[in-house]
Amino acid sequence: MSPLNIKQGSTSHSAYDLRDPNGEVIEQHTLAVLVANESGVLARVIGLFSGRGYNIDSLTVAEVDHEGHRSRITIVTRGTPPVIEQIKAQLGRIVPVHEVHDLTVEGPSVQRELALFKVAGKGDARIEALRLAEIFRANVVDSTLESFVFEMTGTPEKIDAFAELMRPLGLREIARTGVAALARGA
Amino acid sequence: MANSGTQAMTGAEMVVQAMKDQGVEVVFGYPGGAVLPIYDALFQQNDIRHVIVRHEQGAVHMAEGYARSTGKPGVVLVTSGPGATNAVTGLTDALMDSIPLVVFTGQVPTFMIGTDGFQEADTVGITRPCTKHNWLVKDTANLAEVIHQAFHVATHGRPGPVLIDIPKDVQFATADYMPPPKAKVSHYQPKLKGDIDAITRMVEMMETAERPVFYTGGGVINSGPAASQLLREFVEATGFPITSTLMGLGCYPASGDKWLGMLGMHGTYEANLVMHGCDLMLNIGARFDDRITGRIADFSPNSRKVHVDIDPSSLNKVIRVDVPILGDVGHVLEDALRLWKARGRKVNKPALAKWWKQIAEWRAVNCLDYTPSDTVIKPQYALQRLEALTKGMDRYITTEVGQHQMWAAQFLGFEDPNRWMTSGGLGTMGYGLPASIGVQLAHPDALVINVAGEASWLMNMQEMGTAIQFRAPAKQFILNNERLGMVRQWQQLLHGERYSQSWSESLPDFVKLAEAFGCKGIKCSDPKDLDDAIMEMIRYDGPVIFDCLVEKHENCFPMIPSGKPHNEMLLGNADTQGVIGAKGAVLV
Ligand SMILES: Cc1ncc(C[n+]2csc(CCOP(=O)(O)OP(=O)(O)O)c2C)c(N)n1
Ligand SMILES: [Mg+2]
Repeated sequence: MSPLNIKQGSTSHSAYDLRDPNGEVIEQHTLAVLVANESGVLARVIGLFSGRGYNIDSLTVAEVDHEGHRSRITIVTRGTPPVIEQIKAQLGRIVPVHEVHDLTVEGPSVQRELALFKVAGKGDARIEALRLAEIFRANVVDSTLESFVFEMTGTPEKIDAFAELMRPLGLREIARTGVAALARGA
Repeated sequence: MANSGTQAMTGAEMVVQAMKDQGVEVVFGYPGGAVLPIYDALFQQNDIRHVIVRHEQGAVHMAEGYARSTGKPGVVLVTSGPGATNAVTGLTDALMDSIPLVVFTGQVPTFMIGTDGFQEADTVGITRPCTKHNWLVKDTANLAEVIHQAFHVATHGRPGPVLIDIPKDVQFATADYMPPPKAKVSHYQPKLKGDIDAITRMVEMMETAERPVFYTGGGVINSGPAASQLLREFVEATGFPITSTLMGLGCYPASGDKWLGMLGMHGTYEANLVMHGCDLMLNIGARFDDRITGRIADFSPNSRKVHVDIDPSSLNKVIRVDVPILGDVGHVLEDALRLWKARGRKVNKPALAKWWKQIAEWRAVNCLDYTPSDTVIKPQYALQRLEALTKGMDRYITTEVGQHQMWAAQFLGFEDPNRWMTSGGLGTMGYGLPASIGVQLAHPDALVINVAGEASWLMNMQEMGTAIQFRAPAKQFILNNERLGMVRQWQQLLHGERYSQSWSESLPDFVKLAEAFGCKGIKCSDPKDLDDAIMEMIRYDGPVIFDCLVEKHENCFPMIPSGKPHNEMLLGNADTQGVIGAKGAVLV
């Protein structure tokens, strides 16, 4: 049987015209998810991401309201705009999830991450590491004759930049917390 | 019997009391060490009936059949470890088809959790992705409230299965019982009313549409009988054609003149071409499943689309729509119908008349036609006779999964919602027999028939024992082609007729099997004997295993091959040569 030729409709307005022209562009979004702090809630969120094949660039979680047993999960994820919408809808469907905020679209926000860097070295490299740490406003939280541990708070980009500079100067280990974020303003 | 005020009781007693307070009539279950206290509490009361199954998977499917045919949640009670893992297929099935279930599992005592104790399994971990929500209750003081929340979550919003894991020490310990009104459920309150601006846009589109269609799904059934009623009124008043998904059959009567039949992979020619050629698609409680859309890029290319769904994640998930409406189908239909009437009941009459003329041409293709035979029973013929001989009866149909399921959907007509129970989303072979028992126990006087394939039926045939024990006269109408027919059909079309492992070898003698279970067996292989044999099955007061030997190599048509658009449908064997490309073969 040959494929049927359905007469083209008089409606030129197809749903596909509505598709975001940037639909295939991968975007990074920061989501703040407020959840009831019951056991397994983090597993639900992470299981959603792995089960449906979404990306997690960073994830942080802690109880933020001890009396109300509320935790705040900050997730940095990436995907096309329809996938980001789907991630938010799927998160909203989890029963102990109370609120989902997309900080990337809801207005300006501040994003901060804390990182610890262990840098080992002697001589000029050691002096250069300390000099750069001052410029980046990193604190020395541990030192031996052959090593420093620097503590730094900043945007993920700033931490990346500092790590790049430390690499040739004897960077041994990094510990990063992942992003915590809040919307700006009242 | 309702409990008033606080009252101290054991966790096990709380389970039973909470079930009573939630209006539970029947529990499908299977005991074991970790639920002995609850079984003890059940033993000491007479309000709740316990149906002892033969395998925990059977219990969950029975509860699904019960739930789908009554609109009430189905309740299951199983033990820890293997009891819980055996329930997993049923939970996944219920999640995919949005069936409300409350499943209780026993667990090792709290102080043993994490020690690899006997029959310990991480039940909440295993079932997290296959339940709508689940709870591990570690303190008896919280148990009653969690149970009431569980019933609320299972039945509100998009329904689904929930699970409560109860360690054995929590069942023994004593605490105050919390009656339902005190339970905190306020946080989980899905939106029922649709946005009135969006509904207005939908109505405006309906007023001018030239080629509209109602594309309806299981959401109409889940919304309740009132939603089906509103839908019928809307369809009659507008004169728009209507089709349903597998899960939606019965929301509009098959005898109605606006009915196009089921759509999708094995849907009718007219339903699929209407979907392809429409200019306004009104998706009411369906979810653009891949069995429906075929190739996404070619799905209904010239239509504007409205989608009504209670689950926000269903909107714009697969198909981007012009007007998404978040809300309960019943509420949205009520508002839309009222608005449409208030605005003067407008439709584009001349265009509609043309549309119906086109539809009549498609209908004339007679897509469900098949080559009849007087020597061998064609499966389609068997279902046509079953339909004719049971018409007008108080009838419920369940199915297994395979060709027989699709033929049942094509050839049986459903006049009302909640009369058709089938595994749609998960496609679970072994669903139909236990589901038919669950339906029969909810409707003792109705005629309940499981339209089965021989291979699927064997997967949970142990449940015949349950049917006999509980005098559930559900009829097992097995279309026996001695093949995993649907697999064989795909191998014929996609894998060069290499029939790898798609035979049903060493089948039991179903008549003797029936006798061994203690019920009636009927075998029929001659079309001339079929009517009498079906009547014998219907009249028999008890369960029947009907071995209907049918044509072995019949294919189910129409068929939209995987990866093809709606207008590239196969109507019969002549169409099938080399039609499915390598790309389509990757799809399931
Ligand atoms: C539990 C499970 N295993 C495997 C499949 C894949 N499958 C789909 S249909 C089918 C054959 C079913 O055979 P039968 O029950 O005899 O029905 P028929 O197609 O012959 O009518 C199989 C194996 C499935 N759907 N479910
Ligand atoms: Mg078969």
